[in-house]
Amino acid sequence: MRRCFKFLQFALFNLHFTIERSDMDTIDKKILNIIQTKFPITQKPYEAIGENVGISENETIDRIANLKKEGIIRRIGATFDPKKLGFTSSLCAAKVPKEKVEEFVKVVNSYSGVTHNYEREHQYNIWFTFIAESMEEIEKSLKEISDKTGITDIRNLPTVRFFKIKVDFDMSN
Amino acid sequence: MGKKAMTDIEKQVCKLVQGDMPLNPQPFKELADKIGISEDAFISKINEFLENGYIRRFGAALRHRKAGITANGMGVWIVPESERERVGNIMASFKEVSHCYERPSFEDWPYNLFTMIHGRTKEECFEVAKRISDAAGIKEYNILFSSQEFKKESMVYF
Repeated sequence: MRRCFKFLQFALFNLHFTIERSDMDTIDKKILNIIQTKFPITQKPYEAIGENVGISENETIDRIANLKKEGIIRRIGATFDPKKLGFTSSLCAAKVPKEKVEEFVKVVNSYSGVTHNYEREHQYNIWFTFIAESMEEIEKSLKEISDKTGITDIRNLPTVRFFKIKVDFDMSN
Repeated sequence: MGKKAMTDIEKQVCKLVQGDMPLNPQPFKELADKIGISEDAFISKINEFLENGYIRRFGAALRHRKAGITANGMGVWIVPESERERVGNIMASFKEVSHCYERPSFEDWPYNLFTMIHGRTKEECFEVAKRISDAAGIKEYNILFSSQEFKKESMVYF
């Protein structure tokens, strides 16, 4: 029964996905490619994007509004470098028994410095990122989370060496 | 350096662009008007922050699942200390890898290099990991796929 439900969920997800994909045409994809990294910092950015892909300013704005409405674009704005602003960040992993996941996630997500939180298929099943003004603050928060939830297997995995960060994706193929 | 060294106006500019850009023909003017500075001054502040690296990127953040990049796999690798610099650089050179970091390992967590691998399917991610493994000569690895997204937000710094 459970497996059947899982399959149904999967099938529905894929159906949903196909509909969304078919809505996005070549121009939308070109727009997404441009505005992920090269959003024009000029007086009339939407006009500039439109010129680049061969459509009017109005159509550009309409298309971007639609991509937002569809949920494909989460937001348009600045991504700051936490370090430059005097913040520090880390990746944290926790081993949480299935029946305690909901409560644990609720507590973890209540911290504004937690920006991403995923369940992953491993003994360490909950993975979240933490941004704060210092590593001490992150450690202190992890201790607090442990105290509140009774989950003691929480690992703080701050960056030892940095090799790459690049979060824009080529949409054109 | 840092947020504390910024002027009040600079902080206000940052506060406005950490959110979502207005969809009107002159979005920077709309934001500049809110804090009583000129459109040009606002634009040059953004450019200054891009140049000094305070702003890492200015643009659209996508919901990858909805944009068709459905599988997000965290590739984790066991790499001997002496190999990490070389291997990390090879891994970072793959376009399917968005993040590549070294992180601490523990007795019950032996992996020390992390690569976020993006693909349209899990199979695509496995295929990329296989290519990385061949290129780097690292055989001990795992891919942890996300089965649920509990939170994905941009940090509110200001």
